[in-house]
Amino acid sequence: MATLIIILILVLFLGAILTGGYNKRFLERMQQSDLWSWITTVDHKRIGILYLISGGFFFAVAGLEALLIRIQLMVPNNAFIVGDTYNQLTTMHGTTMLFLVALPILFALMNFIVPLQIGARDVAFPFLNSLGYWLYVSGGLLLNLSWIFGGAPDAGWTNYATLALNDYSPGPGVNYYVLGLQISGIGTLISAINFITTIVNMRAPGMSYLRLPLFTWTTFVTSAIIMFAFPPLTAGLFMMMFDRIFGATFFSTAGGGNVTVWEHIFWIFGHPEVYLLILPAFGVFSEVIPTFSKKRLFGYHSMVFAVVLIGFLGFMVWLHHMFTVGLGPVANSIFAISTMAIAVPTGIKIFNWLFTMWGGRIRFTTAMLYAAGFIVTFVMGGVTGVMLATVPADLQFHDTYFVVAHFHYVIIGGTVMGMLAGFYYWWPKMFGRVLNEKLGKWSFWFFYLGIHLAFFPQHFLGLNGMPRRVFTFEANKGFETGNMVSTIGTFLMTIGVLILLYNVVWTLRKGKQADADPWDGRTLEWAVSSPPPVYNFAQTPRVRGLDAWWLEKVHGDGKLKPAEPLGLIHMPSPSHLPFIMAVGFFISGFGFVFHSWQVGALGLVVVFIMMYVRSFQEDHGYHLQPDELKGQGVDS
Amino acid sequence: MKIEEKTASVAGGIPAEPEKATLEGKNKIVGFWLFLAAESTLFATEMGAYVALKGSHMNGPASHELFQLPMVAISTLILLVSSLTSVLGIMSMHAHDSKKMLFWFRVTILLGAAFLVLESYEFMEYVHAGHILSGSAFASSFYLLLGTHGAHVLFGVLWILGLVIQGAKKGITVHTAPKFYLASLYWHFIDVVWIFIFTVVYLMGMVT
Repeated sequence: MATLIIILILVLFLGAILTGGYNKRFLERMQQSDLWSWITTVDHKRIGILYLISGGFFFAVAGLEALLIRIQLMVPNNAFIVGDTYNQLTTMHGTTMLFLVALPILFALMNFIVPLQIGARDVAFPFLNSLGYWLYVSGGLLLNLSWIFGGAPDAGWTNYATLALNDYSPGPGVNYYVLGLQISGIGTLISAINFITTIVNMRAPGMSYLRLPLFTWTTFVTSAIIMFAFPPLTAGLFMMMFDRIFGATFFSTAGGGNVTVWEHIFWIFGHPEVYLLILPAFGVFSEVIPTFSKKRLFGYHSMVFAVVLIGFLGFMVWLHHMFTVGLGPVANSIFAISTMAIAVPTGIKIFNWLFTMWGGRIRFTTAMLYAAGFIVTFVMGGVTGVMLATVPADLQFHDTYFVVAHFHYVIIGGTVMGMLAGFYYWWPKMFGRVLNEKLGKWSFWFFYLGIHLAFFPQHFLGLNGMPRRVFTFEANKGFETGNMVSTIGTFLMTIGVLILLYNVVWTLRKGKQADADPWDGRTLEWAVSSPPPVYNFAQTPRVRGLDAWWLEKVHGDGKLKPAEPLGLIHMPSPSHLPFIMAVGFFISGFGFVFHSWQVGALGLVVVFIMMYVRSFQEDHGYHLQPDELKGQGVDS
Repeated sequence: MKIEEKTASVAGGIPAEPEKATLEGKNKIVGFWLFLAAESTLFATEMGAYVALKGSHMNGPASHELFQLPMVAISTLILLVSSLTSVLGIMSMHAHDSKKMLFWFRVTILLGAAFLVLESYEFMEYVHAGHILSGSAFASSFYLLLGTHGAHVLFGVLWILGLVIQGAKKGITVHTAPKFYLASLYWHFIDVVWIFIFTVVYLMGMVT
């Protein structure tokens, strides 16, 4: 009966949406509001900002979860958060940070910057760009609503089978994980396809592949990794969903299933996932370091080669997460060697960055501080990575805080610092104001000292035998000091983030106006005003070499050479369909979480109807007159 | 002249390869190939799981006791022919013959629907033989793999149906041509996946 009522209400909603609402005037007012224009936007710059806002929101959520975890572990035998709640916190902290924070904030930068860097007016599929964003939001919200409705997932971010099956994780928790990640995963895949197509097809004349800025290159490789890593995850999540909701027996041994199938599938996705998180950060540093060293990037070609090689090798190493499963010495050795091999291209990159700085005129702005600090933390994380790749030693390290220390060093020291460097570097381009440098440096030092205080002691905690994912520890086992220092480090990181937030608010209100090129940049995005006009380039630029904008400044007359005459500019029209499709997926996911295949199917029907509506629309877009045509002189 | 506007410039009609005449069309084709690449890893994962789990049939029938090759062979033939008809549709599109194109795509829809009917019948037979989703890991992985493929066929049928309705109204233009082209790419992809399923699931399943 309840299901029937829900279905009826949804049908009414759908009818209202399709017929244009009950009240025409209300509809018109809604369509003129700012909120509506953000919901329906297909502009890559606005979608980038949306990614930044929602990524920031989930960062706050997952950061608070981390804070609670560390408070619980501050002293031995603490009873602040115990048992199941603690399991939910660790699971959600990991899942949210990896799926809903790290990648989306990188997507924010990619969305905003990549089309500008290649001299394009927009991405290849503006509609799909918006769809990808809204799917990510609806998946993320679904996952986080679990806190309110029925309890959060509690089987770890790896969600290993048996533990994640109905017998040991009753309740809807893991269902939220399975469905939330499926929905946001579709969004991620769509965005990745969009980025690759953009980079392949939309480059300005003269922008050959070996003139692409490194950030664009890493976006390209990252998207390729997503393309081949996310579908296996989706397949694995299907299996988990069928096991939990429809009684299939992929992973339960009682029905002849095999738990290692999940482990393999998860890590076939999971290891490429960490490379797709780190590569864009590498890209950011490869932009920041040359700019603030006033030198071209050392070894551009080897940098590109290293990025592609890392992307390729990232698929060859998944078994190193499973050394303790017991797959035999041959399998373990092969994967140990392939894992260590990744240190080679990574080492090439580290040395290239150092050589770029060598002899350069270095300006230690906040972005550059993050880049320089990254090299130290990332090398430390890389060294423990090679230690973990050594099979006999890994049997000791496995599931201890040593592993926790390693991946926080590479993910915070790499991805998060890359995000923050990109944040300070591109903020003027995105919002037209320069973030306060003094506050930025305070924030950096708090954050940076915080990272090392928080995670360096964890190496020793792990070596002394402290297991991960356990909610407390006993006194007098040698764990007290390390845990206390680690928690203090977390507090320092929190202070750093709060200063950053204050800086953002302060800058938005009183910050210095940014001109087009506040850092004396090298790539095309610095050639357009800050923030850029909606059409990016009044005339598509003609690119004459690597570091195209620098070239024009040093060897040209400081203006971009146009590749086309001034004229009307074709723009895609905004659309509300992506949002409704995301709502459909959300309804569907919510239905399946609570084992109602009727509601689940209904949501999918909504999605399918919207696809039909979209297919039948003939969207010609509209034409825009650039400011330059409005009576003024021709200027880029 | 901007690339997007080249479309209108072909005097009195449509260009020879209307699906690639606009930047939008070119983007769609590149993007769709990438999508198919991603899809193939999805199917590869499901097929890998099937190969890993197909031995565990528990109390249910084993694959060689279950599968009836004649019916599967008919399904295969139907799907292969439907791939051919979609090629004929695209050839008619390149010949600017919208009537013929729509005819061939209608035949494709019918063949796809016939395949779905046969597959549903086949599944019902299996259920009667005690081969149910929750019965064993073999059954679970079989139904997931075949179900994902079947869902793709269903989606393709509904998609091409929508396109045929559009095509009947608008004919072949630089806007509709890429859509038909992508649908036929998709249809070939489903066919290729089926060939792998036929080999790995059915033919190899007959070997005890």
